[in-house]
Amino acid sequence: MKKIHHAEASSYFIEAKDNEAFHDQRLWDLRQKRDREAAVIPEFQELRNLASQIKEHTLTHLAEYLEQFEAKAQANGVTVHWALDAAEHNRIVYDLLTDHSVRTLVKSKSMLTEECELRPFLERRGIEVIETDLGERIQQLDNEPPSHIVVPAVHKLRGDVAKVFARTLDTDPDNDDPNYLSEQMRVKTRHFFVDAEAGMTGGNFAVAETGGVVVCTNEGNADLSANVPPLFIASVGIEKLVPRLDDLAVFIRLLSRSALGSPITQYTSHFRAPRKSGEMHIILVDNGRSERLGMEEFWYSLKCIRCGACMNTCPVYRRSGGLSYGAVYSGPIGIILNPTHDMRKYSSLPFASTLNGSCTHVCPVKINIHEQIYGWRRVLAKHNQLPFVKKAAMKVAGKILSDPQKYRKTIDVADAAIEHLPRFLLYSRMNAWGRQREVPAPPDQTFHAWYLKNREGKQ
Amino acid sequence: MKAALFVPCFIDAFFPEVGIATLELLERLGVAVDYPLRQTCCGQPMANSGDQADAAAVEALFVENFKGYEYIVTPSGSCTHHVRDNFDAIPQTQEVQEVRSNTYELVEFLHDTLKVEDFPWAEFPHKVGIHNSCSSLRGLRHASMSELAEPEFSKPKALLSKVKGISFAELSRPDECCGFGGTFAVFEEPVSAKMGYDKVNDFKEAGAEYVVSADSSCMMHQQGCSERLGLGLKFIHIAQILNGANS
Ligand code: SF4
Repeated sequence: MKKIHHAEASSYFIEAKDNEAFHDQRLWDLRQKRDREAAVIPEFQELRNLASQIKEHTLTHLAEYLEQFEAKAQANGVTVHWALDAAEHNRIVYDLLTDHSVRTLVKSKSMLTEECELRPFLERRGIEVIETDLGERIQQLDNEPPSHIVVPAVHKLRGDVAKVFARTLDTDPDNDDPNYLSEQMRVKTRHFFVDAEAGMTGGNFAVAETGGVVVCTNEGNADLSANVPPLFIASVGIEKLVPRLDDLAVFIRLLSRSALGSPITQYTSHFRAPRKSGEMHIILVDNGRSERLGMEEFWYSLKCIRCGACMNTCPVYRRSGGLSYGAVYSGPIGIILNPTHDMRKYSSLPFASTLNGSCTHVCPVKINIHEQIYGWRRVLAKHNQLPFVKKAAMKVAGKILSDPQKYRKTIDVADAAIEHLPRFLLYSRMNAWGRQREVPAPPDQTFHAWYLKNREGKQ
Repeated sequence: MKAALFVPCFIDAFFPEVGIATLELLERLGVAVDYPLRQTCCGQPMANSGDQADAAAVEALFVENFKGYEYIVTPSGSCTHHVRDNFDAIPQTQEVQEVRSNTYELVEFLHDTLKVEDFPWAEFPHKVGIHNSCSSLRGLRHASMSELAEPEFSKPKALLSKVKGISFAELSRPDECCGFGGTFAVFEEPVSAKMGYDKVNDFKEAGAEYVVSADSSCMMHQQGCSERLGLGLKFIHIAQILNGANS
């Protein structure tokens, strides 16, 4: 697999000045709305604690809750499938679709199906897949992955969308009025709902006590995907379980407040049983989750409810855009999830962070995101996955900084300072510092030299 | 009271005046200050790169230099955060643990330990914008975090408020990271510079004459950005203002 180079990819997004500025401001607005929502709920921090505890409890008793969920769902008349990995998941979906002679599938947004690369898998086999979430559909039409887990096309300006629609939906390329564009989308998508032979959703939560899957959307598209076609499939990651319906209340109160700064999503849909003369299937997907659950330092990442708050607050993500992470999951949560799938490919991601820690403090389930990013750096170093320049620079720096005499020699030569210091203090090519920033002027003497002259001799 | 002064490598090399101000300020406040001469660095650059192997000898040397002191004071939030929260490339002996818990960042040492009530020698008739580094803000809890919707507090502002003539500029994004991030500044140069530009523009728009911080490393980056953009902002370490610098 080709390695991702986040820094390089980020520069393309930053060069698209208008997109970058809009993206940064739009997501910052979401973060601020989230702050306002959090501020008016006195027990907001208490909710975060509870949510974290419920998730930790569930994850440490996962096998039992999964079995309970399966039994309940089956009793409700749902067929439950287990998929060990993406390949098995996709095969199960494909077999279900072919068994029912399905040619067209409507689906609502699901990061899990992105993770499994279901859409290209089905398309290659002649099944048409229609994304029904507006942002996700834009990304599908533009042949791009989602750049954000909640607002998939947030890196695009409305002019960009107008171009995509003109190219693919035959709309007016010069009309970038959002009302026009969404109306066009509605008109040109509706008939898919009516004609589709199968519908698919992900699942925000799966409730063990009821065997039901809960999907939260703002467009109601999950309900159409689930309720209109005769065959309904929900794919759910095994970490999405919560024990009881009561527990759900905690998460529902946190999810949309954290994600978009709105009190609740427009639709919170509970799917428990097939509708009359229809079929309902739930696929419980592992795809690396069990393995992650066994990682002492990193299993907490399974608490994630995919709200995107960590992305909205992340100053690096806001400037670099989701696509620069070259992965299904971007932003802080992507940095800690992706290396569990492929350490080598995503080895640059844990360095796409200033370790500022804002993510950790907005996360509704209190994942210690920035500490995990730090932890991944250690794991990468141990597995020799640091870039060569960085590793070499650290070796030299470590040698000098652990030897007071060498250290003095290196920095006491004032003339040489500006030539050597940034290199050795910043551990990389001078030009990376100086390209867009001035280099500090070297002082006449170091603190050490000043001290020797002014204090040491005089005591 | 006796304390050891740790002057981190980049302050030693680039900002000796910050080390001098810290030393003088502590002395004015009646602290007997030792400066162990064989000190270099706390190991943070290596450790933040994940490179524990190369951090180990540097951390060991730090302990060698500072063991036995009840107070180890440094004008750097990020170094303090490293020593206190991440300094584990070497075995955690009693001695190492003591050095870790005895290390204080200057602002918290003045605010929490010495509980300094005023700085009669200090006057700074300028509008300043405070930059809390992320290590100081979220690592050391210098100030309230906007993420937590908690009651507002700020230790650096509480100290600076005791300086005659000073006034404060309010940023539109006070807690936003400036994009320095250690080696991030060079390995992720495009994002780092963009974040730096946004930060210094925020200070400029807020009407700040000076940016003041407990972390020189963030300011080195911001100053580099401000100078490139020609914004004319000035940068000063909090130790210098509290020690009576007047411009
Ligand atoms: S890591 Fe936390 S903040 Fe980020 S998407 Fe997951 S739940 Fe939301």
